[in-house]
Amino acid sequence: MGTSREPFHVSSSEFPGGVRLDVRGEIALAEATQFRAAIKEAQDRQPKKLVINLAGVGYMNTPGLAALVEALQVSRKTNRALALTGLSEKVRAVFEMARLTKVFSIYPSAAEAEQAS
Amino acid sequence: MSTDSVEPHLRIELVSNPLLLGGVRELLGNVSRRFGFPDADSSKIALAVDEALCNVMRHGYDRRQDGRIWISVWILGSGGRASPDVGACDHGRAIGAAGIRITIDDEAKQVDPDQIKSRDLSDIRPGGLGVHIIREVMDEATYARRETNGMRLTMVKMLKAGDAPCCAGAVGAPTAPPNVQVSPVAPIRSEADAGSRTATQEGARGHVA
Repeated sequence: MGTSREPFHVSSSEFPGGVRLDVRGEIALAEATQFRAAIKEAQDRQPKKLVINLAGVGYMNTPGLAALVEALQVSRKTNRALALTGLSEKVRAVFEMARLTKVFSIYPSAAEAEQAS
Repeated sequence: MSTDSVEPHLRIELVSNPLLLGGVRELLGNVSRRFGFPDADSSKIALAVDEALCNVMRHGYDRRQDGRIWISVWILGSGGRASPDVGACDHGRAIGAAGIRITIDDEAKQVDPDQIKSRDLSDIRPGGLGVHIIREVMDEATYARRETNGMRLTMVKMLKAGDAPCCAGAVGAPTAPPNVQVSPVAPIRSEADAGSRTATQEGARGHVA
């Protein structure tokens, strides 16, 4: 589990049928633009499924949520799957306050997120 | 309704640079924790302040990074009043702390406070969630125009019964949130246009009812 003091970083990898982004650090106002750009780059590759692994994210606020909601809108428009995983207690609390836990497909592990149909 | 003429326990002045937000979050979360809020609530208080500052930077200052922002924090006693002895440290524990009041002042553009609303959450779209989170976390969140420029957001969060076990016996029984109303408020002027910002701020607090 990452800490909020880690610098923001996104790495991308492929799995059969999709692309996975592993995110570390904080996703707040200063990082939201970079986060959004990383997601867009991944979605532009048109994977059947995009998995965003937030296990290394110690803090997220609404600019981060907004980037994810944009990604969800793109995935729905293009008929491609978007899955989230690795939500820490703190990050999940933000999703819950924004009533977004039922809007996204959220999985307990990256493996389950990749395998889910 | 209480009138607090008490100096804030903590005052932070910053420019509207998003890179400063992490430090503010850590400080506010830490202070909340030390004055008796559980970890989860302390994190949420820091989140609410962060969301408020994001709104000032994005919408108030249109992402300009040279705007001034002031954060003032009062530790409140029973009944929601601040006084010089509330929150005093006794062997590492806060005496009489029953809540926290945080104001955020800016010199950004003014908007009608009634227009600052959280959006319908069933409408799934990016943006517009910050105000909802602030209101969800805090017991009170009141926006007001400052007298000459900018806005002030006043937020209050009281400890719940059972919080702050370390201070049991010393804490006044937490009460329902005070009905703090702030409107209109005097400005906190920048160093550039104020000979004495402290004096001006004192004037601002005189309007806090």
